[in-house]
Amino acid sequence: MAALTRRAVPRWAAAALRPMSAARPGPPVTPPSPQLGSAGPRRVKIVEVGPRDGLQNEQAVVPTEVKIRFIDMLSETGLPVIEATSFVSPKWVPQMADHAEVLKGIEKFPGVSYPVLIPNLKGFQAAVTAGAREVSIFGAASELFSKKNINCSIDESLQRFSEVMEAARAANIPVRGYVSCVLGCPYEGKIAPAKVAEVAKKMYAMGCYEISLGDTIGVGTPGSMKEMLSAVMKEVPLGALAVHCHDTYGQALANTLVALQMGVSVVDSSVSGLGGCPYAQGASGNVATEDLVYMLDGLGIHTGVDLQKLMDVGAFICKALNRRSNSKVAQATCRL
Amino acid sequence: MGTVPSALKHCLSYQHLLREQLWSGEPPPAQEYQKSELPEYVKIIEVGPRDGLQNEKVIVPTDIKIELINQLAKAGLPVIEVTSFVSSKWVPQMADHTEVMRGIERHPGVRYPVLTPNLRGFHSAISAGATEVSVFGAASESFSKRNINCSIEESIERFEEVAKLARNMNIPVRGYVSCALGCPYEGNIKPVKVAEVSKRLYSMGCYEISLADTIGVGTPGSMKRMLEAVMKEIPLTALAVHCHDTYGQALANILTAMQMGVSVVDSAVAGLGGCPYAKGATGNVATEDVIYMLNGLGINTGVNLYKVIEAGNFICTALSRKTNSKVAQASSVFEL
Repeated sequence: MAALTRRAVPRWAAAALRPMSAARPGPPVTPPSPQLGSAGPRRVKIVEVGPRDGLQNEQAVVPTEVKIRFIDMLSETGLPVIEATSFVSPKWVPQMADHAEVLKGIEKFPGVSYPVLIPNLKGFQAAVTAGAREVSIFGAASELFSKKNINCSIDESLQRFSEVMEAARAANIPVRGYVSCVLGCPYEGKIAPAKVAEVAKKMYAMGCYEISLGDTIGVGTPGSMKEMLSAVMKEVPLGALAVHCHDTYGQALANTLVALQMGVSVVDSSVSGLGGCPYAQGASGNVATEDLVYMLDGLGIHTGVDLQKLMDVGAFICKALNRRSNSKVAQATCRL
Repeated sequence: MGTVPSALKHCLSYQHLLREQLWSGEPPPAQEYQKSELPEYVKIIEVGPRDGLQNEKVIVPTDIKIELINQLAKAGLPVIEVTSFVSSKWVPQMADHTEVMRGIERHPGVRYPVLTPNLRGFHSAISAGATEVSVFGAASESFSKRNINCSIEESIERFEEVAKLARNMNIPVRGYVSCALGCPYEGNIKPVKVAEVSKRLYSMGCYEISLADTIGVGTPGSMKRMLEAVMKEIPLTALAVHCHDTYGQALANILTAMQMGVSVVDSAVAGLGGCPYAKGATGNVATEDVIYMLNGLGINTGVNLYKVIEAGNFICTALSRKTNSKVAQASSVFEL
């Protein structure tokens, strides 16, 4: 691994976590013993991707003020990281056309980080101008996916990002890296764990402080998750790894559990399980934050998130989108 | 994640990838993960026709029930819970128990247990041709009183009569313990209580004890603690888990149970059967989603997932409802 220059650490790491409220819904309370064995984390950082990955894959375009209110409500739940928007061309992603207004309009809670997705240097500059203090970039573990998605090879995409990394370093802006298709690709099928490890390593070496491993089409199962993580952990420190599981085949929480058992302590999710799968129309996509928090609460793992407040936000955004929640916890708790 | 192209329906690689996951049930190549931690074979107990339909509002005609059970048998499911010999006053869906029992095809190698709450039900079941029965106790006094109008002790005495007669007639008896991870009336349930009730059922002659998370509140931590207590009293090979997916925790809980050596799992095709304690919420975990996970782990089940999906589609059409199985939802896109 290349020698590391000082990399920017996001503000959330320095701030205190919020206390959970006393009376809250949730599973039968468990004592905070290490139930996942010696490798299991005591705390998990949840990266909320609902406003970006979630909304991006929803049909109904949400008005700017609703997005802002949505993010402000999420900030009050105790979530430490909320991916606010994406500085990509509105031609590709109309839902994110109001990226600058959203970023400028949200309340920036102390101790909460609001990363934004950027595809290139231009997007980075626009993001910084709009007040971004953290950004995310995405690579893929599949050549075909990279070509079909962003019209270039994996190496070319990483090349593009190196200019972003330089600019980000100069501006002291942390960069989070995503790797797509880590457990399967809609075009290539099976993906070799070694390939995922290679791409993750490159992105980490470029200066990303964290690498989020995405099961983009949700085909992974605990076995393939374990195999992939074993390969990646040889190249990237455990503390810098996150998992981003999709629930398209109902496997997300089981896959996340295995990742936790291996020591991963950062998990991406989307409130209400927003965002269907673009590769399986009608199927679900992101795992629901409520269901994830329910599991973590039951395991006695600290997240800092208030589940009741989270469910309220879920109810709010589902109403705005005129759709049912994909969260089972929300479905079970709301008497219909 | 990132910018995404629109849904692609006929991507050959994706279909190929899914086919690898949805394989037809031949023994898979053993994987390292599976060999070291998990059972090589898991027996699936299909409870859709009983536990599933029992909790569905729409009354299903007898011939449809029979067809469903026949399709499930052809899919390779080794045990299919056919019906329940309870009073039709309590469970109108099961009023045709005798006709169903007599009408189904009896595939060699497939077992067809039926629920019998007492001696009277047992006699009716035998007259109708049953060759295996199930009885259900609860780990919660309140649940027992509200559900079957008697204490746990009284219910055990009733079951002992059934078990004694069954033993004389060489009829195997399976025991269920409800509320193993939580009760809608009492809340938390002590693992030692679950162990105690399990032991009573096992001692009276039940060959297998199915530990049921009746309201789906369990999480991997509470599952582990409960199993640790029960495993002190009952041999591992006689244990099964019956997880409800009301809070989305079922697969994670099942995985945890398998990691502890449990190799019998109850599930319901299409995730039939809502939760009677949380209106609009889901209940049973979907057989398709369980098998998808087991296939991915290289665990043998003998079940053809495609055929289960078809059976699920069949019954959902009859019930005029959408499937609760994520695998079925996602697979329908690719016309697999």
